[in-house]
Amino acid sequence: MSFRESILSERCLEQARALVSSIERGEEDAAVDHLREISRINETQMFQELGRLTRELHDTLVGFGVDANISEMAEHDIPDARDRLAHVINVTDQAAHTTLTAVEEAIPVCEELENSASKIELQWKRFISRDLSADEFRELSREIGGHLEISSDRYSKIKEHLNSILMAQDFQDITGQIIRRVISLVQDVEDKLVGLIKLSGSLDDEEYKRNENRSARQGLEGPQVPGKESDTALKNQDEVDDLLSSLGF
Amino acid sequence: MNKDMKILIVDDFSTMRRIIKNLLRDLGFNNTSEADDGNTALPMLKSGDFDFLVTDWNMPGMQGIDLLKAVRADEKLASLPVLLVTAEAKKEQIVEAAQAGVNGYVVKPFNAATLKEKIEKIFERIEASQ
Repeated sequence: MSFRESILSERCLEQARALVSSIERGEEDAAVDHLREISRINETQMFQELGRLTRELHDTLVGFGVDANISEMAEHDIPDARDRLAHVINVTDQAAHTTLTAVEEAIPVCEELENSASKIELQWKRFISRDLSADEFRELSREIGGHLEISSDRYSKIKEHLNSILMAQDFQDITGQIIRRVISLVQDVEDKLVGLIKLSGSLDDEEYKRNENRSARQGLEGPQVPGKESDTALKNQDEVDDLLSSLGF
Repeated sequence: MNKDMKILIVDDFSTMRRIIKNLLRDLGFNNTSEADDGNTALPMLKSGDFDFLVTDWNMPGMQGIDLLKAVRADEKLASLPVLLVTAEAKKEQIVEAAQAGVNGYVVKPFNAATLKEKIEKIFERIEASQ
């Protein structure tokens, strides 16, 4: 009940009537009592109002705390996540190109072997059906020799390309780890937003239970992202090897 | 180095397990098994007479470093050679792994030559110490 409503209340009216009649009857003490009662009714309302304002102020201050976390996220974590995702794009782009290059280089090698083999096969069929002259047979055996000569070289080239396709798939592990981290950040942002909504009173505690241990795997950093390396992160395998050999490995 | 040795590959990403498995096959090691984290790997190690463990560090459930510690703490497994293959590249972590008794440490992304070199080095050392 606001101050305005309380001044128009039944109790107030009652006291006011009593006040008027006390004054008319010249009862000074009774008049003072009624006047005090009227002020008391209004004071009660005022204290209630003051309590409400205090509570609002408190909630707002708590809210500022949440805001500080959110602004830290906006300033640091979100741009960081953006850079990490950009790195994911680079890594997947590289993997795709490595794979495509390997395929592009392997296909002509396969075609060379395929052509050479089918040419031999054609002549071989003629040879089986005794359709080949001595000169042609000499030509065929030279071709077979040539085919065998290039074969092991070409097959190992193809194997090399297949291996580079295989190795290019390591992006999935690297990007998977980075994306997991970004997912956990998104989850944190969601939590903070839910916290804000909760603050405005439309969600109660039971409805929203915080998931503890959200930033699981504490202490581990996952893949280093270019430009975001930890101070103590080593840059490559050589540095790891140097450190290990300094430790007696 | 015995090419028939039994190797356990532990990584939570199946793609990485396949890559390592293929690289090992390319190096002549065909006897490999896979596990997706320490909790799955440890019972396999305890019951499976493995000769070599290749493990990732950062995995849900039991992490690679804890698996390494569990292996070193197990009487039967204590001398099992362990190679960590991980994206964790911080100095503190490499030192921690060394102190926990790792035999080799490969940082991701890595290449086939690095893996080969580290495995050969591990077994050269073991043979030299015998």
